[in-house]
Amino acid sequence: MESMKVDETLDVTTVRCPITFAKTLLKLEDMQVGQILEVFLNEGEPIQSVPRSVKNEGHKIIKVEQVAEKKYRLLIERGE
Amino acid sequence: MSFTDDQIVRYSRHIVLPGVGSSGQKKINAGRALLIGAGGLGSPVAYYLAAAGVGTIGIIDDDVVDLSNLQRQILHFTADVGKSKAVSAKEKLAALNPDCRIVAYQERLTASNIWELIKDYDVVVDGTDNFGTRFLANDACVMAKKPFFHGAVLRFFGQALTVLPGEGPCYRCVFQEPPPAGTTQNCSQAGILGVLPGTIGLIQSTEVLKYFLGTGSLLVGKMLTYDALNMEFSKVEIQKNPDCPVCGVNPTILELVDYEQPVCDLKSN
Repeated sequence: MESMKVDETLDVTTVRCPITFAKTLLKLEDMQVGQILEVFLNEGEPIQSVPRSVKNEGHKIIKVEQVAEKKYRLLIERGE
Repeated sequence: MSFTDDQIVRYSRHIVLPGVGSSGQKKINAGRALLIGAGGLGSPVAYYLAAAGVGTIGIIDDDVVDLSNLQRQILHFTADVGKSKAVSAKEKLAALNPDCRIVAYQERLTASNIWELIKDYDVVVDGTDNFGTRFLANDACVMAKKPFFHGAVLRFFGQALTVLPGEGPCYRCVFQEPPPAGTTQNCSQAGILGVLPGTIGLIQSTEVLKYFLGTGSLLVGKMLTYDALNMEFSKVEIQKNPDCPVCGVNPTILELVDYEQPVCDLKSN
């Protein structure tokens, strides 16, 4: 396991798109530039669309990894 | 304020929309709009502003729902015939979005109550069915420097203009004074395609939301006209009239007056 410091954690595995993205955006807005947000999300539409949408908003995707059969972990650095 | 889980879901399509986002949604939630009339234009305006989460929506209308209104005034249902339009509107909007504070005024807009009414609102939306009230609202908005979102419809034609006092022309810059009573026709005599106020009302509500968001360009100095029969939209540039009696260089209208209500607007039966 890597040891990157995570500032905030968000689990959006219980909601559907685009609520996944909306919750991720709202969380990022409450954070400082450069802080790291860890997001857990499901396979399929969430993992396909959330990283791209987050990137389009000017944030940085640090890491995407599969943590369970249908579950992913995303590390995002809060952008400007 | 921060959003509840339900609000995140309800407004998710706005929150993820670049150009709106959470900050834009909060501006909408803080917005206060007064709708003059809960009729053909007021209905679509009210529904979409409530759906968008506009914080306070005031609706003034002294009329009661008539069966002949239902062909276009979609706030009101068959069971509402005989009920106050303002109350009927409030019921529908409160059911649509409990986030909104809906204020129903069962009275006619007049020179004596208009100041007290508009002072608590950020914008005023024209859903009037007569020239007198429209001119009164325009003049009061110019004097109080409140944005006024004009819309009007008849037969197959409609128009919309956004008045930002001090920035662009007002309704009176274009139409100097109300036509004499009895010389014009309203919907009840001239007829109106039921869907038409829907189109114009949605343009007005789009303008209101853009105003709250501070995004895009508004119909300031541009009258949008719509011909439903030939499905043609056009924008007519209009200038501020330096001789405008209310917003010109030397205004002659310094206080509000109630215009004589055209005979056709009075209850004939």
